[in-house]
Amino acid sequence: MTAKSAGVNTGHGVLSLTVNGRSVEAKKGYTILEAAVSAGINIPTLCYFKELNEIGACRICVVEVEGYDRLVAACNTVAEDGMVIRTSSPRVREARRMNVQLILSEHDSDCPVCPRNNNCSLQSIANDIGVFSRPYAHHVPKNTWNRNLPLIREESKCIKCMRCIQVCDKVQSLDVWDVIGTGARTTVGVADGGTLDDAGCSLCGQCATHCPVGALHERNDVGRVYSALEDPSIVTVVQVAPAVRAGWGEPYGLNMGEQSSVRKMVGSLRQIGFDYIFDTDFAADLTIMEEGSELIERLTHRDEYRWPMFTSCCPGWVRFVKHEYPQFTDNLSTAKSPQQMFGSVSKSYFAEKLGISPSKVFCVSFMPCTAKKHECAIPLFKDSAGRPDVDVVLTTREMDRMLSENFVDARNAPEEEFDSPLGEGTGAAVIFGTQAGVMEAALRSAFFLVVGENPDVDAFSSIRVHDKGWVESSFDIKDTTLSVAVASGLQNTRSLLKHIEESSCHYDFVEIMACPGGCAGGGGQPIHDGKELAFARGANLRLLDESSCVRFSHENASVQKLYEEYIGKPLSEKAHHLLHTHHGGWDFGSLTYLNSYPEDSIGP
Amino acid sequence: MRNFIIPSHDEAELIAEGIYKDLERRIKASPPDVDSVSMASVFLKNCIAQTCGKCVPCRVGLGKLDALIEQLLEGSADGSIVELIRSTADMIKSTADCAIGFGAADMVYRGVLAYHDDYMALAMRKPRKRERIAVPCIARCPAHVMIPGYLALAREGRYEDALRLIRRDNPFPAVCGLICEHPCEKRCRRNMIDDAVNIRGIKRFAYEYAEPTPPPEKAAPTGKKIAVVGGGPSGLTAAYYLALMGHSVTVFERRMKLGGMMRYGIPNYRLPRVLLDQEIGHILSVGIDVRYSSSLGDDFTLGDLTKNFSSVYLSIGAHGSKRLGIEGEGLEGVYSAVELLKGIGDDYYPDYKDKQVVIIGGGNVAMDVTRTARRLGAAKVTCVYRRRRQDMTALPDEIEGALAEGCEILTLYAPIAIDGDDEGRVVGLRARRQMAGEICSDGRPKPVGIEGRETSIPADIVISAIGQDVEDDLLRPGEIRHEGVTVSGGDCVSGPATVILAIAAGKQAAELIDREMGFSHRIAVDVDIPYAAFSDNSACGRSDMTEREAYCRKNDFDEIEYGLEPIEAIQEAGRCLRCDHYGFGAIGGGDRI
Repeated sequence: MTAKSAGVNTGHGVLSLTVNGRSVEAKKGYTILEAAVSAGINIPTLCYFKELNEIGACRICVVEVEGYDRLVAACNTVAEDGMVIRTSSPRVREARRMNVQLILSEHDSDCPVCPRNNNCSLQSIANDIGVFSRPYAHHVPKNTWNRNLPLIREESKCIKCMRCIQVCDKVQSLDVWDVIGTGARTTVGVADGGTLDDAGCSLCGQCATHCPVGALHERNDVGRVYSALEDPSIVTVVQVAPAVRAGWGEPYGLNMGEQSSVRKMVGSLRQIGFDYIFDTDFAADLTIMEEGSELIERLTHRDEYRWPMFTSCCPGWVRFVKHEYPQFTDNLSTAKSPQQMFGSVSKSYFAEKLGISPSKVFCVSFMPCTAKKHECAIPLFKDSAGRPDVDVVLTTREMDRMLSENFVDARNAPEEEFDSPLGEGTGAAVIFGTQAGVMEAALRSAFFLVVGENPDVDAFSSIRVHDKGWVESSFDIKDTTLSVAVASGLQNTRSLLKHIEESSCHYDFVEIMACPGGCAGGGGQPIHDGKELAFARGANLRLLDESSCVRFSHENASVQKLYEEYIGKPLSEKAHHLLHTHHGGWDFGSLTYLNSYPEDSIGP
Repeated sequence: MRNFIIPSHDEAELIAEGIYKDLERRIKASPPDVDSVSMASVFLKNCIAQTCGKCVPCRVGLGKLDALIEQLLEGSADGSIVELIRSTADMIKSTADCAIGFGAADMVYRGVLAYHDDYMALAMRKPRKRERIAVPCIARCPAHVMIPGYLALAREGRYEDALRLIRRDNPFPAVCGLICEHPCEKRCRRNMIDDAVNIRGIKRFAYEYAEPTPPPEKAAPTGKKIAVVGGGPSGLTAAYYLALMGHSVTVFERRMKLGGMMRYGIPNYRLPRVLLDQEIGHILSVGIDVRYSSSLGDDFTLGDLTKNFSSVYLSIGAHGSKRLGIEGEGLEGVYSAVELLKGIGDDYYPDYKDKQVVIIGGGNVAMDVTRTARRLGAAKVTCVYRRRRQDMTALPDEIEGALAEGCEILTLYAPIAIDGDDEGRVVGLRARRQMAGEICSDGRPKPVGIEGRETSIPADIVISAIGQDVEDDLLRPGEIRHEGVTVSGGDCVSGPATVILAIAAGKQAAELIDREMGFSHRIAVDVDIPYAAFSDNSACGRSDMTEREAYCRKNDFDEIEYGLEPIEAIQEAGRCLRCDHYGFGAIGGGDRI
């Protein structure tokens, strides 16, 4: 006994649609938007973000479907066989225009002073569909955010697309953001109406890179760098994180898989007037020496340590573990992150080399990351006088902003090399900027430390073959089998940690990066609305590794020299003092750690 | 450009009437997290439009009251404004000249008291916490069944999947398809267009058409032993989920059969035993040990259980009857509803042939007993109730059904004594005429006796159905109680309530017990829910269930309700607005619980 089914979508795999008079085929299950896009027909969207946010909130993607009175949201309506669709008609254009006008009636549209000017989906949509007036009363909500936080939210610009809520929930599993308020006062805010300090935020910045407008962004710290540049008694020392070189040139259309683009980056930065342009890659190689030695030390005294050992270079991950899985805090490698290693080396070894007081060295670090702004201000990473090892962290976006403020022609910039000695880095260090890179670099050198000769450079590539979830693998090095795992993105991290806790699996070494795809997809990278570029950037970092002369951290001559001249051996007392830390030694709750910024230097 | 038609005056009135009706329905379908302060403001604006403009508190006061609320909504006021709103409303309430003014102010006044926290949160500029479940039916169902999902599955003819999805949250789809009070339908958003979706009807339809569907795989055995005392809806629900979580469960049942009030309270003509037995069979098929005729207190003590089991769930129901407290209660021929229905549950059907039967009460149990008495062959059945018909707590369908079957409902009479003959047998019920008095807090008028207006109703049998006794203090319905390793829930905690509340308590108890033992099992189901097809959702009538002709059905205990025809059920399921996909359901799929 069966009743006749409702009979929707009876086709097998393929649907036939008519879009703007054209016959179009689409996969069964596609939304109208997906069907149109696959046929090369554009439908404007605003709140939509593929697979992340398909909620039909902004109503910009509405289209006409024959047989229906009401307009249909293309982003979350599944196409049905035989549908006759018009993606552009007087009615559709009018509806889109009015909805944009409604959004603008609550939006601080002071575009020229917004960090997302010229890179804002609302701005471009308003322009594209010809909104040249604002007929509705303009009521902009007030901003009440603490401007000292590394992550800034501007209520006055939020268009309630809910993407930040979705990325924080679905990708990062943190639920820092939530829908708050009811009725017409519905908006986005920190969950439960709390503050960011209490919300367990990792500061990964994924909400900012997924924001279509300027409502979420990093604290602007550029002004403080200019002050240092203007002070003749100060020596400005720059470090550039591996992943920055995979993102910084996007606005200039540079091919960042080529070494020449890295040299152009150095040439561009030089024009701003920094005294020394160094490379975080140097510190990444140094990290491998320390962390690799630490792993071998832990492996030789297995019973004295908690397993697995986790990487500690990602501050978003360190914040996550401290807040969500404090029981694993002691599993973190005690090695400082490359950024902080660089900071302490620049203010000790390098200051001594220059023969100046560390207080005269001003360390600026360019990072693909918003959490690094917090990391550099953690009290543990300051000297006894309270001077930080790294003075200011700027994101890749802020680097590009500095270049544009100085009218640097990055595309045609002279190709220059990093300065010596802290500018030398290997291919192993470059891949720190992409998922599984730290693990691979560590394995390359661990193999050498144990076996005494280099492995095949691609011997550990099985750990990188994935773009989602987490991966485990094991490698035989001499008589030891090393079990490792890699995860990026905090939802993936959570499931890996759950797996570690609940199953009887054993890993020796685990790499975690808070952002999906690793630092290449970091919260401080350039924003291209609607695109996830982490893996494309990561592929470029792999190319840079392949074209590097040296691809093993232990072969970094400057690092070797640093040990010879200054530190002695990895894990020596001096190394412990300079290059290691105690992750339990700072309080999670305070996000307003600051490297003594004068009020006026804090931008919008 | 679209053409506008200017209606004539008569047409305009019709349209206005239509809009009033739409507004009524819209208010009925208010979403679960509706903004109380904004609502107060719009209701008040409606009242301001109605004011005649004569007296000061109404003409000026209501406008000022609204301005204060607006200030609060705009975030330009502090906490003191809440008190000003309250006291102004209080003043208008006590001084306005007519109901337009004092009624309006009273509404605001009660709102400020009831939603004081919301008002203060606005004054403090603190956002209010939102309801996590944005889908009205799921939010209103105590067991939070994924309703739009199973409606869509039933519509596509995927009946087994529909049942599997229901059973993730409620192991009694057949029982609930027949007798659930369907709180899910109450705030159905479809009300905003025409009428609530007949959710219960579609659930019943899915069960009727589904092939037998095995329960999901059990989780790995945990080695934990759990005792459930009482095999009613709550106990069996807890047992089902605990067993699926991998625990070893033993149910202790006082009677010969499982089912509790589903068997010993609800008559066969509403819930056929065959179906109940099927449903219980399905639950037991996951592997649950049952000890029948095993009574707490007589056969074992709570101490025995806590000694031998890791955890105990007490769901012993509310089976005591309330006493009438009038003269003649001890006469032969006076029974309680619980006694009668309990006997019938064990297949003991007394013969009421040629008897005159009087039932006292106005709830669903009173209707069950009234209609049962009719089926037992009584010559005359009269239900005596001290308030008005509209004040009865029985479902309107039950009242209509009883009337159609030839029972009488004598309203506005309160029993004062039962009269007997010399042999101690009932001869009649004496009752006093009542009048509807002031409205009580539950919204119903208090019955007030009219002295000297007594009457006597001849009766051979008097059955009291004025409620069951609770063996514990009253808690909020559906809530469960937790002490040491013992968790209790269902009617025995909440007081006599509904099957779905008991099920919800059982499910919560299972989760709580699992968590307390250090687990975090999730009952999951691998069912792919059909996408929400776009629809203009033009107005369409609701399909209701039909019943067997009263003339026939009053003579037997066979089922009285007919399920929806397939063509009706498919149309009805298509009326679902898919709030899991549209509106806020889109964030988290409406299933975020």
